[in-house]
Amino acid sequence: MSVWLPTTISTERGSKMKTASWRDNRVFAVALVSLGFIVIWYLGAIFLNGQQLVSQYERRHQDWDASKVVAEALSMRRPVLPTPDQVVVELNQSVFHEAITSKRSLVFHTGITLSSTLLGFVLGAALGILLAIGIVHNRTLESSLMPWIITSQTIPILAIAPMVIVVLGSLNFTGLVPKSLISMYLSFFPVTISMVKGLRSADRLHMELLHTYSATTRQVLWKLRWPASLPFLFAGLKVAIAASLVGAIVGELPTGAQGGLGARLLSGSYYGQMVQIWAALVMAALLGALLVVLVGMGEKWVLKRMGTRTELGAAA
Amino acid sequence: MQQAVDNVVSLKPDGERSRKLIDIKDLSLTFDTNDGPVHALSHIDLSIRKGDFVSFIGPSGCGKTTLLRVIADLEQQTSGKISVEGTTPHEARLNRLYGYVFQAPALYPWRTIEGNCALPMEIFGYGKDKQEVQADKYLNLVGLDKFRKKFPWQLSGGMQQRASIARALCFEPELLLMDEPFGALDEITRDHLNLELLKIWEQTGKTVVFVTHSIAEAVFLSTHIVVMSPRPGRITRIIQSNLPRERPLDIRDTPAFMELAQEVRECLATDHHID
Repeated sequence: MSVWLPTTISTERGSKMKTASWRDNRVFAVALVSLGFIVIWYLGAIFLNGQQLVSQYERRHQDWDASKVVAEALSMRRPVLPTPDQVVVELNQSVFHEAITSKRSLVFHTGITLSSTLLGFVLGAALGILLAIGIVHNRTLESSLMPWIITSQTIPILAIAPMVIVVLGSLNFTGLVPKSLISMYLSFFPVTISMVKGLRSADRLHMELLHTYSATTRQVLWKLRWPASLPFLFAGLKVAIAASLVGAIVGELPTGAQGGLGARLLSGSYYGQMVQIWAALVMAALLGALLVVLVGMGEKWVLKRMGTRTELGAAA
Repeated sequence: MQQAVDNVVSLKPDGERSRKLIDIKDLSLTFDTNDGPVHALSHIDLSIRKGDFVSFIGPSGCGKTTLLRVIADLEQQTSGKISVEGTTPHEARLNRLYGYVFQAPALYPWRTIEGNCALPMEIFGYGKDKQEVQADKYLNLVGLDKFRKKFPWQLSGGMQQRASIARALCFEPELLLMDEPFGALDEITRDHLNLELLKIWEQTGKTVVFVTHSIAEAVFLSTHIVVMSPRPGRITRIIQSNLPRERPLDIRDTPAFMELAQEVRECLATDHHID
């Protein structure tokens, strides 16, 4: 006993240390990657902006040295690549120091993009689910629809978006609806694909059980196929909401730039306002991340209510 | 060699003795596979009376599960006749005549035990109150009343299988079809559930058709033991049990029990010899 007891204790301590150091390692890794990213960003800004500055100095026959170039490269008013701190300042200004109703407020533009993202997402998810239900229940529907569904996603959205906007505009549909349709176009696809798989994922025994009860097709759908498909649905919804945001932004590009993050990107590139473009990009990224996280929270909530083991539910 | 059940006296009380619940005549089933036809069932003759507890026993591949599935209308025979309660298995299924217990509990993971029990009743359109009363009654019967609100993964394998038995009973079908329901359980749990199943059979007076590959289980539970053998799947013998209906676990140590078990074992051994 006295021989192996110390060994046990040391193993226990060892495993605890391992957990702790593993967690430290993870934090360290995330910090290191973020730091590396920021350093590369700054170096890129110095390099890209510096090149422009040097050619400017030489055209004007001004004297320059490295420290001057670096200092100026990091604080240009209209840089080629703005620095992270310039983007943060711009974000802070346009988010917190402008009235929300003002066209200079990034919150205003984000709100416009968000509304068409959400509408497009809801429409896309509904369409995706309906298509999947049809496909799962009808072989003919599968063979006739699937090629079109897949083809639809191979056409570049940038080629379709202006057409949709112009055609609908001529029918007096402007603003939210055309943009949402483009979002829907992008977001139904991942939902359809994941739901076809999900609705077919039910266990064979679970199916046979319903067969012994002579359950109707509709009962099989609602009592078995639908609940069995929910983990797949949420995987699809996460992709769909990100795609929906992209669709909304792309849909805002050809609208004549009245509002939205897409309009902000477009006007920024018209006037060479790279800081404004980057602020809008960062905002779009944050919005996308937030939306995906929200879908993830919805997933956890639903799966928890469905009694999924927490350890397994957390894996989502 | 083949001995029809008709020739033996059922253990049920006189009133229901003559009633055949399942009648199978010269039934064969052939599966077409890539390797050519497989004769899963060949010329099966069998009748099962109301109130019987009939076990199908045999080595794997002897068609015992297939035969059960034909009764349940989960497979269709290639030739021959089968009637269940005077109609086809298909009609019987539509009439909700039987409850089926699979080898695995097959509980829906997103439903509580109570919810799982209510599933067939939801499909049959029972009212909420009736669902609750029935679920209550049968969860009590299998001893799971304290676990009604639990999800399946929170229960042990034996408890899950008990829940699936409650689910098969709760709409009160006349016939209980069980496909190796305790095959995946340890022996202690299996003994326990065998006792409970006998108790339920006695209390409810159901007809039970039970597939197993355990001789002890078949002898302990059954009024009739149908011994089957493979390639082609066929019935080699039907043995009637002379054990009393009241069967405590230690009946397995009595000479009568051992004699019967020996008889079944010999039947199975002979079949293997033929192979």
